[in-house]
Amino acid sequence: MTDPYDGPVVLPDDPSLGPEVQVDFPGYRSTRWRAPSRPLVTLPEELHALDGPVFGESAIEPLDNDLTRQHDGEPIGERIAVTGRVLDDRGRPLRGALVEIWQANACGRYRHDVDQHPAPLDPNFSGAGRCLTDDEGRYAFTTIKPGSYPWGNHPNAWRPAHIHFSLFGRAFEQRLVTQMYFPGDPLFPYDPIFNAIRDPKSRELLISRFDLARTQPEWSLAFEWDIVLGSTPFEQ
Amino acid sequence: MTQLSRTPSQTVGPFYSIGLCRRRDDELDPEGVELSGLLLDGRGEPIWDGMVEVWDAAARRWGRSNTDAEGRFRFRVRRDADVLETHVFARGLLRHQRTRIYLRELDDAVLASLEAGERATLVARAEDGGFRFDIRMQGPNATVFFAP
Repeated sequence: MTDPYDGPVVLPDDPSLGPEVQVDFPGYRSTRWRAPSRPLVTLPEELHALDGPVFGESAIEPLDNDLTRQHDGEPIGERIAVTGRVLDDRGRPLRGALVEIWQANACGRYRHDVDQHPAPLDPNFSGAGRCLTDDEGRYAFTTIKPGSYPWGNHPNAWRPAHIHFSLFGRAFEQRLVTQMYFPGDPLFPYDPIFNAIRDPKSRELLISRFDLARTQPEWSLAFEWDIVLGSTPFEQ
Repeated sequence: MTQLSRTPSQTVGPFYSIGLCRRRDDELDPEGVELSGLLLDGRGEPIWDGMVEVWDAAARRWGRSNTDAEGRFRFRVRRDADVLETHVFARGLLRHQRTRIYLRELDDAVLASLEAGERATLVARAEDGGFRFDIRMQGPNATVFFAP
């Protein structure tokens, strides 16, 4: 019998499957023993409207949103601004939302013991940041553009360049962890994590936009990416 | 009113701790009791690169714990908390999963809607003056997870 998890990467491209990520996506082999195998149970209505944790300014240190200034020297790589808005699904800005990011350095290496990719670590780059959204729901980071890197999912597997994002909205159900990608990455068609999102249009929601207006002449490039969380079931 | 498409979820991957576990967030109540358990995959193997977040909504206290080499997470929680809203994250989980950790068996609509075997997966057991709650992603004793 053929184990679909041992086969070639098969990418779905069928919008009729719906926009959501397929949690037992065979192309991403780590899902095999980790994705829940039983149907999810529906919670009573009142638990869909649960207030979530809210983080204040005490969660943030001064240089947390500038990943290029967390060490004595400057990290190697392309300086970029990454900004955008955090909205609920009716387009209302979510203010005070905690946004946490982490990423590989310009060479595609994470500052993590488990990452053994033979690319250099950068002594001036930790690759982690956090901030709170402002009254318009806007977040802003300064960082360097992460590199692509290989991983062991299948032969010659490479991740498209990405920044990991973790978000808390106002409601417990608005919790989201996802990844932001960069426009035009040639690795998109080959990446099972990106393609585990069944609807190709939904995948595009994870791709940032080059943002000429926020580039700084002679200094840095800029990308913009808005994030839409679930509904806010109560008034803020 | 316009309905925007939600941003899809992606896995936390194996390196989340550099971004999410830079500080210890596992004490919801420093004076409380230990709640610990194992996060296990469908073969019963420890998920050593997972993360659990709990929300004691009644007391508005939140915590986060990564798992260690044995798949163990641990928190310090209010001794008299009833239930903790819980999210589970890991490499291989393209979307985080929601469950509830009951520190005692309550007469509530959620538990009442489940069969006895399923109900048992949501109730912690008393252990060493604290609580023990294992999370199994798959298998006959798989933890009940809730739709997002």
